[in-house]
Amino acid sequence: MLNALARALSFGTPLLLACLGAILNERAGVVNLGVEGMMALGALAGFAVAFGSGVGDGNLWLAVLAALGAGTLAAFLHAFVTITLQANQFVSGLALTMLGLGSAGLLGKRFEGQPLFNQPPEWPFTLGAIGLAVLLGLVFYATKLGLSLRSVGENPAAADLLGINVSAVRYGAVAVGGALAGLAGAYLSLVYRPSWTDGMTAGLGWIAVALVIFVGWSPLRAIFGAVFFGLLYYLQFRLQGQSPIPSEVFASLPYLLVILVLALSGLRGQQGNAPEALGRPYRRGER
Amino acid sequence: MRLEPLANPSRSRVLGVTLAALGVAFVLVGGLFAAYGLNPLEAYRAMLSGTLLDAKGWQEILRRSIPLLLIGVGLTLAFRTQYFNIGAEGQLLLGAVWAAGVALFMPLPPWLSLPGMALAGALGGALWCLVAAWLKSRLSVNEILTTLMLNYVAQSLVIFLINGPWKGRDARGYIYSDRFAEYQQLAVLPGTNVHWPTLLLGVLLALGLQWLLTRTTLGFRMRVVGENPEAARYLGISGVRVVLWVALITGGLAGLAGVGEIAGIHHRLIEPGQLSSGYGFTAIIVAWLARGNPALVLLTAPLMGLILAGGDLLKVSLNMPFRIVDVFSGVMLLCLIGSEIFLRNRLRWGR
Repeated sequence: MLNALARALSFGTPLLLACLGAILNERAGVVNLGVEGMMALGALAGFAVAFGSGVGDGNLWLAVLAALGAGTLAAFLHAFVTITLQANQFVSGLALTMLGLGSAGLLGKRFEGQPLFNQPPEWPFTLGAIGLAVLLGLVFYATKLGLSLRSVGENPAAADLLGINVSAVRYGAVAVGGALAGLAGAYLSLVYRPSWTDGMTAGLGWIAVALVIFVGWSPLRAIFGAVFFGLLYYLQFRLQGQSPIPSEVFASLPYLLVILVLALSGLRGQQGNAPEALGRPYRRGER
Repeated sequence: MRLEPLANPSRSRVLGVTLAALGVAFVLVGGLFAAYGLNPLEAYRAMLSGTLLDAKGWQEILRRSIPLLLIGVGLTLAFRTQYFNIGAEGQLLLGAVWAAGVALFMPLPPWLSLPGMALAGALGGALWCLVAAWLKSRLSVNEILTTLMLNYVAQSLVIFLINGPWKGRDARGYIYSDRFAEYQQLAVLPGTNVHWPTLLLGVLLALGLQWLLTRTTLGFRMRVVGENPEAARYLGISGVRVVLWVALITGGLAGLAGVGEIAGIHHRLIEPGQLSSGYGFTAIIVAWLARGNPALVLLTAPLMGLILAGGDLLKVSLNMPFRIVDVFSGVMLLCLIGSEIFLRNRLRWGR
């Protein structure tokens, strides 16, 4: 039982990290569907640096930093296209996923099948993610920064009137969101499965995006959402091959469950919790 | 430097901005070629000379344009009505599954076999898409997430079938279904893989849906729902019904694309990765490039067909991963949507 919970936490850690990043984005009014792509880039950047800085004892801190940087850089692209050029956020995120998966697969080809000997421990990531969730909850509800952030997501025109720089806040939120997605990717390639393979993110980024709706944009509830899906992944592994049910059923279970969970959120009217200005570019002088 | 709003962009402006965006995209992808360790000019030359300057290359472009045409035409309608169907990939697979089911297990008279497969395939794709449309209209569940999740489920379904109950008798270690009979295969242009009945159907559908969109009541409703949902409510247009129609059409066309691939080229149900080289995603660019006009897909589908065929060449001749196609798609899409601000505004220098 305790073991199952521990495994669920380890499976859920990348989900939690990516989900927290997406919550931060969306609280500021920007949807970024590029999480999957940013995760892939983070995973590659982390692995490449860990591997490149010396086989056997690569520099893991540098690797994590590289993953954070890769995610941020990719997110800036989304920020520029959607905030400065006011393009459709949904399509931009989609394009970012294509670009991220594509370029990670392209540039990562030379690392395919290479082992990483020095594997960092899991717990700093897991504890860090939980700590971050708590911190983010505090920032949202107990600081002036959080208030600015939420007002930019709820009513950018009013925030603008109060002297808040809407673009700057949104750029910042998107950048940090990207960094967290990159970190989630690095967890996969450094800790969870210390290696690089094309497509190793396997839809986790999308599940993280769906999780945001499920947990109603709340960082604290994201912890439980991530553990729940982590448990599901754990069970998928445990039950595979031990039951007469074909493995493809287990493989598609997380995705089916996401649909179910979204339907349930819809049934409960959860979409009403979404930040008011979510998905809409802000133009000055227009309401 | 500042932006000045334009009421209605002229046609030449749309064309100019689109071409400029594509130009920027090709420069950016060139940068990635360089990062990979290839001379960008060299890579582009390999892509173009192996496709446009080669008879075999033309066939490849054409073959790949067929699914892009079918899916892309549907997606223009979907995007026009703000229904973001990202699940064409899965709908294509379901179309292939249903068609293969008919081919393998339904004893139809030979002359009815292909029509039966096409009908079943279209139905399979449409129903797969309707799940998401229904959830959107009933429970306002975001269709981007559901259609995408259904892609993964569709992949698992195909693998389950060809690895389990539908596994071919001659397949041994591999996973694919039995081969279709001669009369269950689509006609091709002699000596090529170009299944022309599907190509013809795609062309007719592009023109037909353009007519539907601009000349019929349903088309009018679609445009209003997409452009101004409030006006649609005021006019008493049921957004729910329009979304269901659009889902039915786009899903059905993606399903037909799947039928074309298995009945025209592979002649059996095969692994998802081989069945489609990301047609469902590439078709998003096809539709976006056409800017909501189904007829324009006749131009944009071959363009992306060229990129897919070129990606194949880079894979074979320069040993590059096929992922380069995703890079192209992502960069082109980003440049296209990023350039749209220059359609709605004029750039003025000075204050």
